[in-house]
Amino acid sequence: MQSDRETVVIVGAGQAGAWVAITLRSLDPERRIVLIGDEAHPPYERPPLSKAILAGKAGIESAYIKPETFYADNRIELMLNRRVRHINRDRNSLTLDDGSNLDYGTLVLATGCRPRPLPVKGADLPQVHTLRTIADVEKIATWLKPGSQVVAIGAGFIGLEFAAVAIEAGCGVTIVDAAPHAMGRVIDKSVAETIAAGHSARGVDFRFSAAIDKIEAEGEQAVVVLGSGERLPADLVIVGIGAIPNSDLAEAAHLACDDGIIVNAFGRTDDPKIFAVGDVTRHFNPLLGRSLRLESWQNAQNQGIAVAKAIAGTATPYADLPWFWSDQYDTNLQIIGAPTTWDRIIWRGERESGKFTAIYMHGEKVVAGNSMNNPRDIRFIKQLILNGTPVPDAALADPATSLAQLAKG
Amino acid sequence: MSETGTLTKLCETADVSEDLPFRAEIDGFGYAIFQAGDQYYVTADLCSHGPGFLSDGFIEGCEVECPFHQGRFDVRTGQPTAPPCEVPIKVWTPVVSDEAIFIDISAGLS
Repeated sequence: MQSDRETVVIVGAGQAGAWVAITLRSLDPERRIVLIGDEAHPPYERPPLSKAILAGKAGIESAYIKPETFYADNRIELMLNRRVRHINRDRNSLTLDDGSNLDYGTLVLATGCRPRPLPVKGADLPQVHTLRTIADVEKIATWLKPGSQVVAIGAGFIGLEFAAVAIEAGCGVTIVDAAPHAMGRVIDKSVAETIAAGHSARGVDFRFSAAIDKIEAEGEQAVVVLGSGERLPADLVIVGIGAIPNSDLAEAAHLACDDGIIVNAFGRTDDPKIFAVGDVTRHFNPLLGRSLRLESWQNAQNQGIAVAKAIAGTATPYADLPWFWSDQYDTNLQIIGAPTTWDRIIWRGERESGKFTAIYMHGEKVVAGNSMNNPRDIRFIKQLILNGTPVPDAALADPATSLAQLAKG
Repeated sequence: MSETGTLTKLCETADVSEDLPFRAEIDGFGYAIFQAGDQYYVTADLCSHGPGFLSDGFIEGCEVECPFHQGRFDVRTGQPTAPPCEVPIKVWTPVVSDEAIFIDISAGLS
């Protein structure tokens, strides 16, 4: 019989929490593992929700990280539809939503993020939704049909992917953003304009630099009222204006937080018995030389694996160059690197062709890359960023020069 | 339709290099052809995890890294070697003849 001191309790059954449990089980066959989630589904990946699953091209179960039976088969105690009220650090225990207590030897917080709420009147109307969970998709999907009028607030990953699915379903789509161009936080204006042009050509209407005054009910519809006075009637409004970390439990337990729970390279918080992992964490990335909070598929998986290794006693520091992707219509966009500054973009391939790579330069060094329908380049750009050696612009711009050779230095 | 023992040509050896794997499509099915050292390897092109094409991937030793999620497979056996990939992909034993690469389509292993 194991003592409770050795039990690992993971709060949050998303992708990061799941990878902690899966990896820990493979490293430590005996350990008691409890995985607590507040949704009805076993752990799943969120990226397909705004892509193939919303479009009805893939079933919900295709997003499951492991089949539902995996957890019981591997003695991972999966508690779904449950929430944690408090962390009692002095007693190494949690208080659950039914008032019961659960002792931990090691605690992992994998509580993720929640959508940033739209701070205007009418944001709580029934036509207004976010897109983060399977439950959200089930509510939204019925509106994606010919003739529906939809408005996306926020021209980021969620807004653009949602728009692509809605256009293909025959809806009229308007995207509103406060910034002057799409994907403002992530990519260069020139690349963003190319992506937005692809949406415009398929019928999406953009309103950039637009403030939202309020949302009003009008019959069966909601009307998004802009600062300019323009009224956008909608059967469905999707709000995708970013996410905020679910660090409430950690903050209430006085763990160090700063827009996320602060962890070290092994995912450890300032309490040696408590780790945190995934979207909710802020960590120092030695490859970027700065601290950041990453909301990404890659971080959820790989930081999860790193935390499991640290718990199992085979600690390996976690450091990845950030990588993101998006699928919109037949276009695959990949992003490698997360620079705070760059001074020019080098285009490899014609922008108009829909197949190109935009290489972000700072001085003579490559600091990031965006590939459009050109995923192979990403691996070599990653290597060029990590090498940190000067690369001539002319060589990068010439498609006849092999990136693979340049990456070998 | 291919019968057992029938060889189907996928590509010329010159189409493939260590830096650039090659995709061949036969009867709507995509094959990825890799070179590692002086050996050639043939696998199903579609990753078993997501919609990534392994021929767009990156080869390191005998492993291919999928460009979609950076999972990996051993191109000799089709076995997954890095998460999130878990399901093996099909592999074929290539026959090199007259500077071209052939496989017996019916003899794929998984």
